[in-house]
Amino acid sequence: MPLRLERRPRPSRAMSWASPLIAAALTAGLAMILFALDGRAPVSTLWIFLTTPLADLYGFGELLLKAAPLILIGVGLAIGFRAGVWNIGAEGQLVLGVIFGGWLALEFGGAGPWVMPAMLLLGGVGGALWAAIPALLKTRFNASEILTSLMLNYCAQLWLAYLVFGPWRDPAGFNFPQSAPLHPDALLPIVIENTRANIEIVLAVLAALVAWIFIERTHLGFQLRVTGAAPGAARYAGFPVRRAVWIGMLTGGFAAGVAGVGEIAGPLGQIFPTASAGYGYAAIIVAFLGRLHPAGIVASGLLLALLAIAGDYAQMMLGMPSSIGGLFQGTLLFFLLAADVLTTWRIRRVDETAPLSAPEAA
Amino acid sequence: MPDLLPVLVAALVAGTPLVYAALGELVAERAGVINLGVEGMMVVGAVVGFAAMMGGAGWPAAALAAAAAGAALSLPFAVLAVSLGANQIAAGLALTIFGTSLGSYLGKPYVGMALTPEPSALQQAAAGIPGLGPVMGQLHPLVWLSWAVFGGVWWFLYRARAGLVLRAVGESPASAWAIGHPVARIRYLAVLFGGAMAGLAGAFVSVVYTALWTEGLIAGRGWIAVALVVFATWRPGRCFAGAYLFGGATIAQLFGQTALAAVPSELMSALPYLATVVVLVVISRDEARLRLHVPASLGKPFAA
Amino acid sequence: MARPDGCKGLKSLAQRGILTKATNRACNCIQSCAHNCDEAAAGSAPRSRGRTMGGSEAGARTTRDDGPILPPPLRLELRGIRKAYPAVVANDGVDLAVAPGEIHAIVGENGAGKSTLMKVIYGMVRPDAGEMLWNGREAQPRSPAEAQRMGVGMVFQHFALFDTLTVAENIALAMPDRPKLEPLSRRIAEVAGRYGLPVDPRRRIGTMSVGERQRVEIIRALLQDPGLLIMDEPTSVLTPQAVESLFVTLRRLAADGCSILYISHKLEEVRALCSRATILRGGRVTGVCDPRAETAASMARMMIGADLQALRPAARQAPGAALLVIDRLSAPSPDPFGTALEAVSLEVRAGEIVGVAGVSGNGQAELMDALSGERPSPPGAIRLDGRDLGRMGPRARRRLGLSSAPEDRLGRSAAPDLPLHENALLTARAAQTTTWGFLRRARIRAAARRIVETFGVRAGGLDAPAGSLSGGNLQKFVIGREILNQPRALVVAQPTWGVDVGAALTIRQALAELRDRGAAVVVISEELDELMEIADRIAVIAGGRLTPAVPRAHCDRDAIGLAMSGRLATPAAQEEPADAAAP
Repeated sequence: MPLRLERRPRPSRAMSWASPLIAAALTAGLAMILFALDGRAPVSTLWIFLTTPLADLYGFGELLLKAAPLILIGVGLAIGFRAGVWNIGAEGQLVLGVIFGGWLALEFGGAGPWVMPAMLLLGGVGGALWAAIPALLKTRFNASEILTSLMLNYCAQLWLAYLVFGPWRDPAGFNFPQSAPLHPDALLPIVIENTRANIEIVLAVLAALVAWIFIERTHLGFQLRVTGAAPGAARYAGFPVRRAVWIGMLTGGFAAGVAGVGEIAGPLGQIFPTASAGYGYAAIIVAFLGRLHPAGIVASGLLLALLAIAGDYAQMMLGMPSSIGGLFQGTLLFFLLAADVLTTWRIRRVDETAPLSAPEAA
Repeated sequence: MPDLLPVLVAALVAGTPLVYAALGELVAERAGVINLGVEGMMVVGAVVGFAAMMGGAGWPAAALAAAAAGAALSLPFAVLAVSLGANQIAAGLALTIFGTSLGSYLGKPYVGMALTPEPSALQQAAAGIPGLGPVMGQLHPLVWLSWAVFGGVWWFLYRARAGLVLRAVGESPASAWAIGHPVARIRYLAVLFGGAMAGLAGAFVSVVYTALWTEGLIAGRGWIAVALVVFATWRPGRCFAGAYLFGGATIAQLFGQTALAAVPSELMSALPYLATVVVLVVISRDEARLRLHVPASLGKPFAA
Repeated sequence: MARPDGCKGLKSLAQRGILTKATNRACNCIQSCAHNCDEAAAGSAPRSRGRTMGGSEAGARTTRDDGPILPPPLRLELRGIRKAYPAVVANDGVDLAVAPGEIHAIVGENGAGKSTLMKVIYGMVRPDAGEMLWNGREAQPRSPAEAQRMGVGMVFQHFALFDTLTVAENIALAMPDRPKLEPLSRRIAEVAGRYGLPVDPRRRIGTMSVGERQRVEIIRALLQDPGLLIMDEPTSVLTPQAVESLFVTLRRLAADGCSILYISHKLEEVRALCSRATILRGGRVTGVCDPRAETAASMARMMIGADLQALRPAARQAPGAALLVIDRLSAPSPDPFGTALEAVSLEVRAGEIVGVAGVSGNGQAELMDALSGERPSPPGAIRLDGRDLGRMGPRARRRLGLSSAPEDRLGRSAAPDLPLHENALLTARAAQTTTWGFLRRARIRAAARRIVETFGVRAGGLDAPAGSLSGGNLQKFVIGREILNQPRALVVAQPTWGVDVGAALTIRQALAELRDRGAAVVVISEELDELMEIADRIAVIAGGRLTPAVPRAHCDRDAIGLAMSGRLATPAAQEEPADAAAP
């Protein structure tokens, strides 16, 4: 093969920020191919796809509305990922936020303006508690947090299904599996007039800011970063791994729980069994695409929200199946991982094949 | 006392997809590559197998197509994990998300459709075997094939030289390469095998087990298979047994519902997932034992 | 195996199916062995591994008919080999000539290019330029498998063995002809017996000592009938007695016609064993000589380009009271194949360096873990200035004044992907680098700068990731960081392993100065020469047990060697010479 991969002397910062763009470009290319195969003009379709949702203020509000949970959960998960903690259970932790927050809303809706903030807090606590289970199992029993948090996703969804089909079913709802509509006091206030964007986006940006300060500027954040980057060095330095696991899981869980409240206390205003709608998994992609950096996550959250809205639009106006959004998300992550390779390796055209040996002190 | 035969048959059938998927993942992990994309590959295998059957193919062709689809899907993952040295966890997650979405996308036309299961000629012949006939006649040939796969994997790993080489690669790819083995090629083959098995497992679910197509058909079985490999401490015999244990857990809800009518059906449905968590905890506690059996290079990229 | 009767060797090759059609690779013996070649010429001519038949005839000129007298070609010749990496030119126009049956040393300090050269010969690396000749014919192995087929065997410094498999399985894996385990075990026993390398084919590698594993590596290489055996720093893991025994083996091999490339930086050993040496420095050949005719000093001069400097002696005070006390420390090993510590006791006084000598795998890692706090130590077992360190972790111990620098650097004492200034923060005192939990960036960078300047660390700036530093510079940074923390006691393991001579000197000097300032220093090292140079007292660790520490003047190499293999309970010189059988 005329091309070879050669290790860079040090990882390229520039490529680290370029690779999400490369991945996005490749995915866009793939989209254009699909459009062409479908008989449409590739470039103009892509253009319509991406810009029409943003054509007016309402559209912009929709973007913020969809991006908020992605950014919020993404930021929480990123702290964990940087600490080497793989929280795949954001989906379930979000559901727990729905359950805890929903309970408060159904019980105390209308009791006063305190309900809404209390819902957010309680929802976050619920998500954190659900995340505490894998954290405990990992620190006490060394059980893989990937698998345990994932299994709990299914359990959480079943729990919500039980509630919505059972005790919480709206008696006036024609037997549909949904709760009674939430009291207006329990709903999140809108921040931009004439849109549906609510304070969740504010919370998300605030969370990103706090996360950035924590990760980059505090000693505890440093400890987490070392634990993720070089666990052996963390042990040597005496940074407790258990603490990193707990912090990593709980931040993700809390964020997901708050996002869960945002789902029911936002435009929907009701509790459905499909409350989560895949945000938990999408947030993982948002976190990676944003290079696990809060600023990057804000950007990638907006990008993925745009993709999701465009997907809905494509479904309605262009007649494409709805799962196309998920397809592109997965593709985006694949391309990102491939492009990421270029941060540590570079392509060289060599006549002889020089293997990938790293230079060593001989 | 309830008739045990239907329970036995049901447990065997329920455990079969786990047998395929877990054994496939076991081979990949013994070579040092952890592929978390099993769920995604199973979904794609399920839809491909189902589509093939709907299109009039016989079950062997459908199974083959599903296996090929699973292997094809595992290829980009293999490129990322083996050749490019990407983070295997992230790549596996990407594969699951992609595969699940792809399966959902391809399966849209088939939602709600059902196949009419007929016992194949082989099955009818097997029903005539003295003694085992009643059981064998109720088991689809793909179940028998899963037993053959188990035997084959066991023999391969412990009796064949190629299996010894694969185990060596999983323990120390650097040493294996230094003594002249093509590490990358071996890992590719192991991952592709895992993909084929996952595809086959998915097809079994959609074609034999449920014989219909819906969203969320696989329902986390792929993840349970990954957990199974850990539970079995990477040994095929335990994997095989564990698959049936979990199969039993999956169907317990069906048989237990009459007895435990007060228990909400959702809780019963959660049983396999809770069981997986419990089992993981039990096996992971003994860190020393895990360390002894886990392929030492699992999850670590190797560049020759 | 080649024997004086050349065609027995050919026959055995034939039996093992390693024959190919005669083409260009006709055996040398056809040219130089008159009478034995009837058999060889009759059937398909064998493809030889490149051995001339009979070591004693290696240089013999024999004639057949009236043909010209041909000297046997060089077993291996390298011309102008060049290999460059992005950061460094590892080999720059290297020439090498190895005769059949010759023990040829490749000498150079760490970083000189020895490893890269060996990788080129063994097919692990493709050179950018230059050519390689095997028995006079061009050869360019593209993989270890090809190099093995050609006839090159390699015994790695870090063994290419699989812990969970048996000796026979390990060796079987390396044989391209897929032998069955039973006949293979017999062949293993045969070779083992012939060359004095006793092993049990059914044992699992994980249960074997380092010296035993090396024997397995050698046997594995020998079973492939090599014409050239490369040994990469083989004696770093052996006791002095085992070194002797290895030399006997190697001389026997050479006498049988196998050439040996002996890579080492230990000049005394090279002078004892090798008849020829090629000296590398900075990727270039700076000399080719006969080590027996040179002195260690003259070779050292070619190796490092200057005279070897000795440690600057300091005006030392007598050591003070016991500062770091280890009292009957017993600890299990986390590694299933590791060594548990058993009742280890040691008292280190303020202002002294105690060396812990031993062959790798005898509990050094476990001792380091217990002292640094990374693994829990039982209460009362470790005391610093009377204070029990018992359940304390590394941070607490550092705060009290006990610092450590383990032998693993990247991934343990330094995080490879993090920049130097963050690596400086790894073990820094919180009080000086943080306020209310927030990092004081300026102070942290200043601390990093101080380390870099005081210890002469060459790096691409404070933002360079630790992984981009060379071995020597990284270790200077790590040791410097710990020393600048002003510890009362410091434990280091393998402080100068893989480090170039200049940096090694800096590090040893720094440790000596730390001692002179009144600290208690423990140096765990597998390099006996190092301990003899810097330690005030020496103890030996073997099988998880520690001998008493004896002042350096009373120590004797033989006694230390026996203690390393567990056959003596003290490193002190003995009245009568101890039993000198192979360990």
